[in-house]
Amino acid sequence: MARDPQGALIALNRFGFGARGGASGDIVNAASDPRGYVKAELARPQAAILELPGLRTTQDLAQAMFADRLEVKTARDAAAKAAPVEAEKKPDPPAVMGNTTMTVQSDAPKSPPPVALPPNVVQRTFRAEALARIQRATIVEGGFIERLVVFWSNHFCISASKGDPARMWAGSFEREAIRPHVLGRFADMVRAVEQHPAMLFFLDNQQSIGPESRAGKNQKRGLNENLAREIMELHTLGVGGGYTQADVTSLARIITGWTFAGRDGKIGPPGSFVFNANAHEPGPQQLLGQVYEDSGVTQGEVALADIARHPSTAKFIALKLAQHFVADAPPPALLARLEGVFRKTDGDLKAVALALLESNEAWQAPVAKMRTPYEYLIATGRLLARIPEDPGRYFAGLQALGQPLWTPPGPNGFPDSNAAWAVPEGMKLRLDLAAQVSARIPDSLDPRELLDVVAGEAASAETRQTIARAETRQQVLALLLMSPEFQRR
Amino acid sequence: MDCCESRSLSPTRRSLLLSGAAFAAWAYLPKFAQAAGGRDPRLIVVILRGALDGLATVAPLGDPDYAGLHGSIALSKDGPNAAQPLDGFFGLHPAMPEFARMYRDNQATIVHAVATSYRERSHFDGQDVLESGYAGPGRVQSGWLNRAIEALPRGERVTSGLAVGPTTPLVLRGAAPTVGWAPVNLPNAADDTAMRLLQLYQDRDPALATALSQGLKLDKLAVGDDMKPKGGDAVTAMKQVARGAAKLMAADDGPRIAALAFDGWDTHAQEGGPVGRLAQLLGGLDSALAEFRNGLGPHWRDTVVVVATEFGRTAKINGTAGTDHGTGTIALLAGGAVKGGRVLADWPGLANGKLYEGRDLKPTTDLRAVLKGVLHDHLGISERALAEQVFPDSALFKPAKGLIA
Repeated sequence: MARDPQGALIALNRFGFGARGGASGDIVNAASDPRGYVKAELARPQAAILELPGLRTTQDLAQAMFADRLEVKTARDAAAKAAPVEAEKKPDPPAVMGNTTMTVQSDAPKSPPPVALPPNVVQRTFRAEALARIQRATIVEGGFIERLVVFWSNHFCISASKGDPARMWAGSFEREAIRPHVLGRFADMVRAVEQHPAMLFFLDNQQSIGPESRAGKNQKRGLNENLAREIMELHTLGVGGGYTQADVTSLARIITGWTFAGRDGKIGPPGSFVFNANAHEPGPQQLLGQVYEDSGVTQGEVALADIARHPSTAKFIALKLAQHFVADAPPPALLARLEGVFRKTDGDLKAVALALLESNEAWQAPVAKMRTPYEYLIATGRLLARIPEDPGRYFAGLQALGQPLWTPPGPNGFPDSNAAWAVPEGMKLRLDLAAQVSARIPDSLDPRELLDVVAGEAASAETRQTIARAETRQQVLALLLMSPEFQRR
Repeated sequence: MDCCESRSLSPTRRSLLLSGAAFAAWAYLPKFAQAAGGRDPRLIVVILRGALDGLATVAPLGDPDYAGLHGSIALSKDGPNAAQPLDGFFGLHPAMPEFARMYRDNQATIVHAVATSYRERSHFDGQDVLESGYAGPGRVQSGWLNRAIEALPRGERVTSGLAVGPTTPLVLRGAAPTVGWAPVNLPNAADDTAMRLLQLYQDRDPALATALSQGLKLDKLAVGDDMKPKGGDAVTAMKQVARGAAKLMAADDGPRIAALAFDGWDTHAQEGGPVGRLAQLLGGLDSALAEFRNGLGPHWRDTVVVVATEFGRTAKINGTAGTDHGTGTIALLAGGAVKGGRVLADWPGLANGKLYEGRDLKPTTDLRAVLKGVLHDHLGISERALAEQVFPDSALFKPAKGLIA
């Protein structure tokens, strides 16, 4: 087969995480059959699943977190007894979690601890989960499936800044609710996401109580429409997808009682999804022109399944996928095809992914999109064949570039357009980061050879010349990392 | 992020004097000064993303329905953590003592029951309308502040806007040149590497050349030794970006117009009253305003800071001691150029029949009238440019008069 160097760049960068250094031969392999190279990933069984010793389930993590809290509290109580004059810090506002009350770590200013404390269980977990994700993305051939995971994880994002449970579960949420479904059915992913404790916590649904439910009548608490609104606006139909405020309130009522069990385990194993009938708003609800009879948890499950296959959802998902992978303003023919496949297959995400890979538009669109900061950092690690043992540098780099891991600014996730990333401050920071990475280049590496790893015959004459004229090995690498061939996809 | 390892970084910042292409870009640095009459106006726009609870920030204590609706998180006239008195009817959140001082010094004004033209309740569309200045979402990829800069009289002045943060907020995106700065603790790449890269971009990728050359310029100016990022929390971050932006804007050849955005105002649950989550955020905003005042020094006299949010929150608290997405809210004006000491409100009341859709504070003032009033009287942008270019389809909403001293 003829070589297709440009196609190889698209295969590796637009659809993957970039060519790996060392003796991977990625660019050569991809050039021989770019489409086949990417499609081969879809045939690997269980490729999206991430299971490693030490990565625990959401329930296990919940128990570890509760146990840690108890330990800290016991230690603090003992210390308070020993030194009762110590001024008490004002307690953080309590947040209700499951059917118990717990304190959520707030964003309030904290005075720096006098001595560096060892990371607590939440921080250790977050690091372990992050490291597993980063290592997988660094090692894997191609990376299309890992890119899909990142895409869906951002689509259905939670933010670790919400508090300890969100930080604790950021990784397990992705492994349990996103990964099993990235090549499965969209409706299954929706259900897994909206019933996951991390999402219920992030968008407050564990606190939402039907005003006419038993709990609602006993307590002075009631509805919180946060999750219901974002399900329709951000997760499925899209804004303008044909729902009203009344629909938002209806869906909020329908999913009252969707919560997770707290520390005491009264309503279920701590950290597990629970349908709490006591908090569920009784009676039928009208949503998007349909009546949903009150059938307990299935009332919401049926409603979500209908929303997941709604024509507006097909359109919205097609647009977001194409905008992420192809162009900020994707070709209409591509959108129509993806939307059609989504509808025809009832949201089969493998079929949609294949349709994307088989569309000429997806391969012919100009290489204009900027890599996101995450893609940039992962691609750098791959190029240098550097498998991280510690995620610290990645955290710092992502923070600096405005994309802190699992911590988007809002429930709509990180932006996905050049308007957000190809900006003055962002470019300067990318350069600073490239210089920082290059300063640590090992002696064994000749960066002049890396341009061929990155782009092969698709490298431009200008980039080749710039690299050839650079004064130091460090400078070569920094310029290579910042070259259009490496930054755009 | 508290999970980040702390690293010791080189304290040396980029030494100035970038040559070549960066110098060409340097000419973009605004020289908005030397306007006739000695006024050298500065404008800072602060976007609060997430929808600020206006009723919790500037509470209508004199409205008989307020306390009942805002329930457990309502502010009160007296007791510990009482609201700070404003005009007898409204009280200011106790977490904002600096803003209260500006108000007493006639350097701060509150506009209440205000909203953009947007009447749905999506954050992201709401922010799009707030920042684009168009009547509906998704119409344009530029912001009203950028188009206002374009409408400024050119003459000898070169104008540009300063975007504070790692990305440019929509309000400042557009054709007029902008520069960005963020308080980030990374050592700078060597100038020589930067110049080589700029050359490559100029040959291969002009859009990136423009972005990078602008990005390279301001860091040195904004950041002194006291500007190392310290904490990672939201409140410290607000203070920090304000301090850096003020430092840049205080320079004679610094930017005159800036935009920044603070996240986190989406208080669906456990919003808190006089103390709590919202109080912490308001405290951060308050210290940011103080940083602007202190950092701008003598220029504070000619400064207006506009604080706006995409919409308000429900008048009645929800079932989780928070508030859901609403409509009417507040806008704040602060600065020596503001005709202050006033709460401007055509108060619609909070009685049952008076609420918008039975749930939200009804907006009685269009935010565009306020913004147009500021742009007209403070920057001298013509009414026509405001109606046609900056806020298209807003002719009905005349620039509010008398906002500027």
